[in-house]
Amino acid sequence: MANNWEKTCLSGSGLTKVFGFGSQKCVAVDHVDFNFNEGEIISIVGESGSGKTTLAKMLLGLISITEGEVYFQGKKRDIRTQKKKQEYWKNIQAIFQDPFSSYNIFNKIDAVLLDCIYMRGGRRLPRAKKVELMTEACSFVNLKFEELTNKYPFELSGGQMQRLMIARIFLLKPKILLADEPTSMIDACSRATILDMLMKLRKETGMTLIFITHDIGLAYYVSDSVYIMEHGKIVENGSADKVILYPKEAYTRRLISDVPKIHEVWDLSTV
Amino acid sequence: MSRVMLEVKELTTKYITRFGEDVYAVDHVSLKVEEGKSLGIAGESGCGKSTLALSLMGYYFAPLHYTSGEIVIDGRTISGMAPDDIRKTILGTEISYIPQCAMDALNPTRKIINFVEDVIYAHKTYITKKEIYDLARERFEILGLPAEVLQKYPVELSGGMKQRTVIAISVILLPLVLIADEPSSALDVTSQKMVIKMLRNLIEKGYIKAMIFITHELPLLYNVTDDIMVMYAGQIVEKGTAKEAVFDPLHPYSKGLMGSIIVPEKGLRGTRLAAIPGVPPNLKNPPAGCRFAERCTYVQRECRMHPIDLREVDDGRAYRCIFTKEQLREAYQNG
Repeated sequence: MANNWEKTCLSGSGLTKVFGFGSQKCVAVDHVDFNFNEGEIISIVGESGSGKTTLAKMLLGLISITEGEVYFQGKKRDIRTQKKKQEYWKNIQAIFQDPFSSYNIFNKIDAVLLDCIYMRGGRRLPRAKKVELMTEACSFVNLKFEELTNKYPFELSGGQMQRLMIARIFLLKPKILLADEPTSMIDACSRATILDMLMKLRKETGMTLIFITHDIGLAYYVSDSVYIMEHGKIVENGSADKVILYPKEAYTRRLISDVPKIHEVWDLSTV
Repeated sequence: MSRVMLEVKELTTKYITRFGEDVYAVDHVSLKVEEGKSLGIAGESGCGKSTLALSLMGYYFAPLHYTSGEIVIDGRTISGMAPDDIRKTILGTEISYIPQCAMDALNPTRKIINFVEDVIYAHKTYITKKEIYDLARERFEILGLPAEVLQKYPVELSGGMKQRTVIAISVILLPLVLIADEPSSALDVTSQKMVIKMLRNLIEKGYIKAMIFITHELPLLYNVTDDIMVMYAGQIVEKGTAKEAVFDPLHPYSKGLMGSIIVPEKGLRGTRLAAIPGVPPNLKNPPAGCRFAERCTYVQRECRMHPIDLREVDDGRAYRCIFTKEQLREAYQNG
């Protein structure tokens, strides 16, 4: 573990989450070890109920960890107080699956973006500078700030909301971005746009990108390394080419066979 | 010549907004599905796919209104019928609909068997509960669902199971045509495959005679349906067999859609996804000429001047563009 301190950005050892107790006990994440390097794109792939989102929530510090430790930049992560938690969230941010429920519905879009500027310590900037920053962030994701100002998030379409989420990340410039199924609720055409933007953002800021997805095709397209999860355990990991083109585990092979393809025959008899 | 199960001629439906504006979400759509065939409809969000699905059932409620056109199911014209007649005689028995979010389609306070009873009682009032139960159990078992599901509440089922239950309920009266509106977009790949297998089973065993499958996932459509129709801004822009539409798209929009396909096959990594720039036009006041003109790379002055007609080329293929197919193919080859 953690042999090269310089490069490792986020790592975990023996991470476990247990929900309930007694007969209701459910081990959602079971002794997971991982090592995410700086600037890498990582995918965590698994079917529904394999513990992907629980792992993401633990990494974000949204739920407590039953057992194990998370190391951030080589040091043990310390989020015992609210202040420390907020400090930690400056470094790690997330995009969630459902853009419709990611926003506070009572806040206007200006407030959403201003919040991010405040978080980066821009509270005392002049108004014009703030507007300039917000306009820059919006134009990065091909939205027009003039059209968005004074609107509520629910007035936007799903794709626009997800793009606004990326604009938030652009303002915050975290070290790690955790994208939890960012494209599963939007159509194939906007998906390409959103993936393009995430890639562009990563190129500019050099952040670590963690993709959580059930679509192994997407994982293969974006990521450098892939972790496959089954029932809370990581069953296979390695570089994307190695895992997806030459899978070792039966579970990985099954996941790959479940995705519809266009150049190969899709075998329906295996379910 | 096989039997035509569903034929739609120049169907136009509109939404009337609360400010009294007309939005033509389905604009002169014609389609034909033969017995044992399935038709796929592709397109991005907001292009009118789901509105088309609702319009095909002939069951309109505000703000959706029927304007013109004809819907013929197995030789019987259903457009223009009274909504109540349609509900009692057409829905469920002739044409059936699977909604996108099966999770929200089932009332959480009722058991699955109650939904089955509802569907059957709406059409046959003289049947006993025992008969319904036997019928439901038999059908569920054929479709690969355990009979215990019938006595469960929706919350006790997983997402994929719920979606399959909804499908089983929709086809309980053996409709002729099944409309599946993105049945798998909220599911993970494994459940999606189960749902697809079930739909394929239904059509192969002859429980349903024809299927319309709506999705934005082209690889899925390619594997499920025989024909593909691409919609853009309420109009059909391309029609053809699945193979033609995926490997040899003619309309620039379908070409763009094919560029956004992601499949885990060798050679995908490193290629760039080609997203279509821009946004679809607002249908409240659609452009006078080609609706795709604003986003098209091959746009000409002529495109913006007058509406483009759907151009029929060799057997059943059609596209909506001013260029000939040779010109388009050459343009795509040169990038």
